Amino acid sequence: MKLLYSFLFCGLICLIGQIILDNTKLTPGHITSIFVVLGAFLDIFHIYDEIIKVVGGGAQLPITSFGHSLVHGALANTSKHGVIGLFMGMFDLTATGISVVIVISFLLTLICKPKD
Amino acid sequence: MKNTKYDKIADFHKVKENRLGNGIVAFLCGGVMGFLAELTIECFMNWFKISRETSSIYMIVIFIFIACLFTALGFFDKLVTKFKCGLIIPITGFAHSVMSSSLDSKSEGLIYGIGSNMFKLAGSVIVYGIVSAFIFGLIRYLIGGI
Repeated sequence: MKLLYSFLFCGLICLIGQIILDNTKLTPGHITSIFVVLGAFLDIFHIYDEIIKVVGGGAQLPITSFGHSLVHGALANTSKHGVIGLFMGMFDLTATGISVVIVISFLLTLICKPKD
Repeated sequence: MKNTKYDKIADFHKVKENRLGNGIVAFLCGGVMGFLAELTIECFMNWFKISRETSSIYMIVIFIFIACLFTALGFFDKLVTKFKCGLIIPITGFAHSVMSSSLDSKSEGLIYGIGSNMFKLAGSVIVYGIVSAFIFGLIRYLIGGI
């Protein structure tokens, strides 16, 4: 059942993005930034956590999940360290994504030649 | 020729975008990506007997690797122009923007080329993500209770 929910949820998010892209003058850069902020906003009261519980992988793939895990990691550390935990835990969950992007794209850039 | 007349002619010859078609294509493509993500997670859980959280991290690594590889081979750009938001909104769009800007600046050298231009396009996502995460996290912290 999660497979169907993933299909619908991820498709819906992409559809909203496409509607914004077609009907306004915003570029893809604007739209990804908007969706990150939206994901961070949805995690204030752990709404996105509930979505992930129901939907599964389909909710972790879109860029909204990036904003969600930033807030989630930051809030998880505040219980231990207080306000300063916001800064300490910010990258706890997203570190994998960012490090993997940097390492893989660096290595592939060294190997491959740019097309045209 | 007056500007208004020019605008009219330019509007007439502009390629009309099929908005409904674009929406359907984006919905289907995004849906398939989400389906594949969930499928990957469940395969990892069943094959290697690991927890759901660990296998979701493997899923993200695999998707990023595929997006970077396709960009390096040169045909991810064509896919993006065809499917648009279906590939931009998932994490593949983030990986694609990092990879393409680092590929473009390869000729400028290792430090000032690849090193400083890698996050030219994707930097906005990280900056706004962190700033908004700090503000929302602070609000949540001040409201009280975790």
